[in-house]
Formats: sequence, C-alpha cells, structure tokens
Amino acid sequence: MSIHNILIGAGEWLRGEGPHHQIVVSSRVRLARNLRTFAFPGWAKKAERQQILDTIKPQVEALGEMTDAHSVYSHDLSALEKQVLVERHLISREHAAKGVGSAVIMNRKQTLSIMINEEDHLRMQAIRSGLQLKQTFKLIDKVDSELEQKLDFAFHPQLGYLTACPTNVGTGMRASAMVHLPALVLSEQINQVIQAVNKIGLAVRGLYGEGTEALGNLFQVSNQTTLGEKEEDIINRLNKVIEQVIEHEQNARQTLLQKKPTTLLDHVGRGYGILRHAYSMNSKEALNHLSFMKLGIDLGFFPEEWRVPNDELFMETQPAHLQKGSQQKLAAEERDSLRAEIIRVKLAKFPTPDVKVVDRKAPPKAE
Amino acid sequence: MNCDVCKKNQATVFLTQIVDGKMQKVNLCESCSKEKGVTDPTGFALADLLLGLGAAQEIERGGGVQKCPTCGFSQADFKKTGRLGCATCYETFGEGLQSLLKGMHKGTNHVGKVPTRMQRSIEREQELKDLHRNLRKAVSDENYESAAEIRDRIRSLDVEA
Repeated sequence: MSIHNILIGAGEWLRGEGPHHQIVVSSRVRLARNLRTFAFPGWAKKAERQQILDTIKPQVEALGEMTDAHSVYSHDLSALEKQVLVERHLISREHAAKGVGSAVIMNRKQTLSIMINEEDHLRMQAIRSGLQLKQTFKLIDKVDSELEQKLDFAFHPQLGYLTACPTNVGTGMRASAMVHLPALVLSEQINQVIQAVNKIGLAVRGLYGEGTEALGNLFQVSNQTTLGEKEEDIINRLNKVIEQVIEHEQNARQTLLQKKPTTLLDHVGRGYGILRHAYSMNSKEALNHLSFMKLGIDLGFFPEEWRVPNDELFMETQPAHLQKGSQQKLAAEERDSLRAEIIRVKLAKFPTPDVKVVDRKAPPKAE
Repeated sequence: MNCDVCKKNQATVFLTQIVDGKMQKVNLCESCSKEKGVTDPTGFALADLLLGLGAAQEIERGGGVQKCPTCGFSQADFKKTGRLGCATCYETFGEGLQSLLKGMHKGTNHVGKVPTRMQRSIEREQELKDLHRNLRKAVSDENYESAAEIRDRIRSLDVEA
C-alpha cells in the first residue's frame, strides 16, 4: 500500500470518539526497545544500522496487527511527507531527520506506528482518541510481547530495558495525553496547574513535544521517569492526574461562564469572525481561533455536528498538511493565504454563535 | 561568566541545589532561565537541566574504564551526545550511571515488565539465592538431611542453566 493512502486519510484517533474527547484529544504510549547485540542507532555505523533494519523490519511487518500496513524506508519519503507524518504524531521530529537505515511501519487505522532506528532501534507507539491510556498501553504491550519472541531485546535484570538515553531506561515507556485547556489558559490558572503536575514528576509540553510551544491551548502531559515504577502504576498515576486536569478545566469553564461571560463570548466570537472572513492567516493564529471555536462547541454555542469539521482543521491547517495538495513548496505568504481559504471554505456554512445558553445562566450586565 | 545552556549570553541566574547530599551548580542567562522554568526553584529539578551538562561528569566520577569494550564508546562521547553507545555501556559506565539514574528516576531498580525469555532465568537466580541462604542455615543448624535436599535442588538448577 502506498504512502499516499496514509497521507490522504486521517487516522482513527483524529475522529475524536474516545472518552472525555472534548478535553482529551488523544492518548499515546510509546515503548523504546533495543537489540542486545548491536550498537544504538546514534553510535552504529551505516552498515550496522542497515543490518539492524534488516533484522527488525521483517519481524514488525509479520505482526498480526500490521496486516496491510504501510511500511516505508525513511529515504523513500520526501521532506514534506515526513513532515505530514510528524504533524499526525506518527513519527517523531527526530525520526523525520533520518535517511538511509531507518524506516517506519504504520497500521492502516494509524493507531500503531513503529519507528526503526530512531534514537533507539525500536520506538513503538500506539495512539487512541480521548482518554484511553490503559487500552492504548495494552495495544502496544501486546505488540511488544509478540516481538520479544522474535527479537533479542537488551534487558538488564536490575535496570530493565536498556535505551540509548538513560532517561528512558527501565520500562522504556512514555505515556502521554494531549489535552485542550482553553479555559485554564484564559483564566490564567494554567501555570499553577503545570507546576502542580511537574511537582509530582510528570512533564507538561507543547503540541509537538519537548521544547515546543503550547499552540491552540493544547498541552501534552506525560510521565518523566521510567525506572523504579511499574508500567501499570505509571499509567494509573498519569490517568488520575489527567482526570483532575479535566475537572479543573471544566470548573474554569463554568467560572468563566458565570463571572466573565463577555470575555468568553468575545474570544469565541472573534475566532468565529476572523476564521470565516480572513484572507491570510499563519498557523499559530489559526490554531488559537480554532481552539476557541472548539470551546464554543463544547459549551453549546455551536451545533455538535460542527465538531468534526472544526477538529479536522486543526490538522489540515498545519504547514505540511496544507502543502501536500500542491505540487511545489509554498512560500510562507502563499501558505497563509491558502490556509485562510481552506478555513473560509470549510466553515462557510458555520452558524453564528448561539449565546442564549450563556444569557440564561448569568445575564451579562448592561449590554 | 556565560550561560551553561546557550553558552552565549551573560549568566545572571545562579542556581545551587543539593540532591542526595551532592551539590549541583548551574549558571543561566535570563532567557534560558525563563525557558527552563527556573523562576520557581521548588517546581524544577536541576538534574533535568544538568542532564546534558552534569551527566558526563557523573560518569567520569565512576572512573576507571575509559572505553566500552564492545562498541568503543568513551566518556567524552557521552559528554557530547548525552546518549550511550550500546547495551554493554550500561555495565562499562555502571558505577557513574548509578548515581545519575538515582537523581533522574523514581528508583534504581526496574520493577516493570520482564521479557518472558528473561523471566525464567531471573526467577532461577532468585531461587538459587534463596536456596543458598537456606543451605547455610541448615548447615549451621546441623540439619544435614535438609541440607542434602537443598544441595540436590541447587545442582538440578545448575544443570538447567
């Protein structure tokens, strides 16, 4: 199956049907594994990396979960195609920089992706919509158990699974949830929440992981440590924290509705107006407005049937997704104008915000 | 003095943190300190920041072996990349890594998943340890009948290996 098919169709997790999907966009779990007898990818010479790839790739392709999968060498992907995969969280930014000697195998539903020769020999990831950390872990754990029958993983009785970076040693697991927290940002409580989460050993990052900005009020919460705690315990701990974050966000939304309805409506209304009528827009601005539109749908200002089109725009307006339809690389200005056009077309019939919901709860003063 | 992170700007934030009785120091410029969220020292682990900087020193302190016998990876390489060369590196630089891992993780012992293949040998090792302890006790109690049984069991486990 060609890579084009995967680039055209969105993954299952993007459809947003999982539990708590209003606030939790997706749950991801990745495992890092290495073969015992080879140097880690960053240290292995080209020939050795090729040998590693030749050892692992057929075993991954033979997995039951990978029937009719997309299996592709990194050197066969264009920079743009790689960037599309990064935007979909199917490969990491680090993997996108790899050429000869690396590969990625993704299942058809785009719920599983296995990178070969990223920072470790194997980076296996499962991704699901909404808050489904336990199920997501089960999915990837099954893949790992199947692969360990065929491949000789580097494992140390005291240190667990050995990884290129000591920060991943032990379980080799990074579990994360992508959460949408516009009300916590708007009410300026987000930093407190981030600090509280940090204090209990979990990391909060931007949309595309380490060192990236929290665009569109989207944050990734993940475990920071991998040694000295069982996989299930890490998952449970993360799950509990996410549930609390959801509660805080919901409370912040209610507080805004009651105490600052005008501020709230203004953000949603401006987002609506600008998205529908702008002729040039960069991706940062688009994500921010789309975020408030999403909030507007959550709060009932817009009909529920507009959720999917709005959610799709989060992905479709990303730079690489934007360009995948066009023949040549676009300049920044061309991208901004194309982005505005795609949004205008998609939202052309989007109804005006119905703010009666707010009026009933607390009539804004003197309007 | 220049910032330890970007190595360009003048350092204006000087941090000292004591973790497990060891002092760690780091000098940062204004923008790097903001980026790393150093404004609230309680909510931030110096160890994270020091990973790239201090990790190599930790390994050096482990001392002794200069290069990994399996892959030829050296301490200097770790200093440069913050990554190890191969699985054997964990043995080669074991001592230095131990204290590094202690500051980085919840514990220093893996308690999670074990590959099925390894499970048998780990269980066997644990059983052998227990048997040897029981054997010593049986001998010191002059319970020779039980000691003989234990000895036979140890032998059978050794054969299995």
